[in-house]
Amino acid sequence: MSAPQTYILQVSNLHKSFGGIKALDGVQLSLQRGEVLALMGENGAGKSTLMKILIGLESADSGEILFEGKPLKSSNVKQTLDRGISMIHQEILMVPELTVAENIFLGRETTRWLPGWVDDRHMYHQTDLLLAELGLTLSARTKMKYLSVAERQMVEIAKAISNNARIIIMDEPTSALSDKEVTTLFRIIRDLKAQGVAIIYISHKMEEIAQVADTITVLRDGRYIATKPAAELDKESLIALMVGRQIDQLFPEATTQKGETVLSVRNLSRAGAFSDISFDIRAGEVLGLAGLMGAGRTEVARVIYGLDAATAGEIFLKGQKVAVHSPQDAIRHGIGYLSEDRKALGCIPGMSVQHTLTLSSLARFATWGFIEATNEQETARRTVSELHVKTSGLDQGVMQLSGGNQQKVVLGKVLLANPDVVMFDEPTRGIDIGAKHEIYKLIRQLTARGIAVLLISSELPEIIGLCDRVLVLSQGRQTALLSGQEANPERIMQYAVPA
Amino acid sequence: MKQLVTSLYNQAGTSYKKRVQGIGTYGILLAFIVICVALALSTPRFLTVSNLTIIVTQVSINALLAFGVTFVIITGGIDLSLGSLVAVTGVVAAMFAHPDTFPLIVPLVFALGAGLLMGGFNGLVITKSKVPPFIVTLGTMTIGRGLALILSKGRPISNLSDSFNFIGGGKILGIPFPIIILLIVFVACSLLLRKTIWGRYMYAVGGNEQAARASGIPVEKIKMLVYMLSGTLAGLAGLVLTARITTGQPNAGQGFELDAIAAAIIGGTSTSGGSGSMTGTLIGALLIGVISNGLDLLNVTSYYQQVVMGVIIIGAVILDGLNRKAA
Repeated sequence: MSAPQTYILQVSNLHKSFGGIKALDGVQLSLQRGEVLALMGENGAGKSTLMKILIGLESADSGEILFEGKPLKSSNVKQTLDRGISMIHQEILMVPELTVAENIFLGRETTRWLPGWVDDRHMYHQTDLLLAELGLTLSARTKMKYLSVAERQMVEIAKAISNNARIIIMDEPTSALSDKEVTTLFRIIRDLKAQGVAIIYISHKMEEIAQVADTITVLRDGRYIATKPAAELDKESLIALMVGRQIDQLFPEATTQKGETVLSVRNLSRAGAFSDISFDIRAGEVLGLAGLMGAGRTEVARVIYGLDAATAGEIFLKGQKVAVHSPQDAIRHGIGYLSEDRKALGCIPGMSVQHTLTLSSLARFATWGFIEATNEQETARRTVSELHVKTSGLDQGVMQLSGGNQQKVVLGKVLLANPDVVMFDEPTRGIDIGAKHEIYKLIRQLTARGIAVLLISSELPEIIGLCDRVLVLSQGRQTALLSGQEANPERIMQYAVPA
Repeated sequence: MKQLVTSLYNQAGTSYKKRVQGIGTYGILLAFIVICVALALSTPRFLTVSNLTIIVTQVSINALLAFGVTFVIITGGIDLSLGSLVAVTGVVAAMFAHPDTFPLIVPLVFALGAGLLMGGFNGLVITKSKVPPFIVTLGTMTIGRGLALILSKGRPISNLSDSFNFIGGGKILGIPFPIIILLIVFVACSLLLRKTIWGRYMYAVGGNEQAARASGIPVEKIKMLVYMLSGTLAGLAGLVLTARITTGQPNAGQGFELDAIAAAIIGGTSTSGGSGSMTGTLIGALLIGVISNGLDLLNVTSYYQQVVMGVIIIGAVILDGLNRKAA
């Protein structure tokens, strides 16, 4: 064991409860200067609560946090920020109409001549230096809104550095980055390490962790499980630590017979998004929709679901041509859609688990418009137990659930409308491995019931592991329709990358 | 991994159940009771049957408007045209309510129908043009006032039939007719909001319009519905007011929309949509009525009353915010 003074941050025996639920139950964590610590755990393991306490957004019920050997006790974000703890958020919080420099210096502008008179020259000069130091070719005078997600993230990091951050917390920093941008991020992380900045890195992506982390701390159900050097943990043992059991087979085998064609799409086009898309899905079949970001996969699903209008083409359900002008039409025709954007399109803030579940099928529980409360409740209770949703009750707010459980509730809502075909759009994005496995099993259960599934995913193992056939899109056009045997990562990428 | 933003949603989430079940109105109910007790102790004239009856009768018009605007605010909208609709519908009713001209049903149907049409107009423009409800109803507020003046040629319309005036001044079993209307409408609105699919859809539309649409909810129809409800209830308020003052007044109802919105907000309806209850709104309206009545009894001039009312509105919203944090 090294001497305690080399630790920049030591958390011991931390407890925090919300209502009756223990979010943190005796958590510990140690961080050295220049160390990259990966914090791992399933959703609901307590990672976000721990981070919120570290940055002063929540306060712990009991336990000790030593920052540079001194107790850190603040319930104030500004204070922790001043002391050198910064967090790069998953969803970036910046003012779009202000420039890069204005955002970096937001709240601590340098002034001269008059109180409140901003010293622009100094600010822009400092920002240019900072961006150069990070090796970024951004102008300090660009408005935030013109930057890509990756660039905004870099600006957040620049802001943290300019704040003299000694600990930077990164929450799923690569979730919206391209491979090239990830490389840049990792280079910056290495530079920061070299300067003695400690980093807490939160991610579900195992490959990244292996590349970037020195140490891994695993939490499960609010409890501390283990801390090990990253080099000592392989993927399987890490998953076992996180889930507390081995997942023997991530992708369950398909066992079903394929039935009649359920959904047929012919020459579907939407100007500016995609054109001439045709495919069939049979009952019990999983059709994968693969392609790079921006290939038009989500756009195809949105048109089929009636969220956007098609400019040409036809949609047939069980042989009948249908006109879908709104999600309402789509649901009536038996089409369900699980959006990639759970927050914007799936959940209604403030709604309970029960009310979210029944939202798309409410008319079924009503006579003359009056909802039969017991019927609704019974259905919701059954769905919660069928889908293994972890919730404190049917009345719990859906937004309070972890990502995986939110996803299950939204899926429950789709399923309660009795769809014949369900389109899954990145169903496992941002959810942990245990919940992923459950979603995969659910997809298998649906196909066993004769439901046709369209699966959009950027994770090739998911596409290959689950799909009977794979349709590859590239720049809005379909470039290949591969059978299950033909589909492998190389083939798919070959068709997905524009010629 | 959840991030900061969800913690805000979470807070809203905890209060939802309470709100929907009317428990979130505890705070305001408590304030209401405290103020009533305080008034009862400071003046013997407050806690009498006749005074309480006067209060509820006076509150009824504001409460009818407030119920309507509660639907609208829950869906994330606003209706500023209510006061003008009271005037238009009141004038329309008066035009057909002279003694020995038309049967009583005619002014009733015409006034409610005018409210329904104007509300429908609001809803149609809001859903088709995507112009914010604040702007659209600001426009119809002026249009409505103009129509009221045009229809009445700028003059009050009096000489109304006794049967019509009964709506505002009559009593059944000693209970003023406006109070009976108030109670029936309150029960109907509560049921609509709490027990029907349309009520549930209103919360969904106000909570997250995009998600509501993606869940297959007819968002536009729900919006049309709330503005039509709001307009129709304004028509009912116009009838009650016209019958009470036995005159169709083109200048009536100025600023009524603000009192109605205040009642909804004091009662815990969130201006950002997605939460609120009719019980809360009723208490909000009663609170406003009790305070102005109490201040009258205590001989506080109406100038001060306005100051007090403003402080209470802001205080109610602050309290509501504190409640959410605590939840």
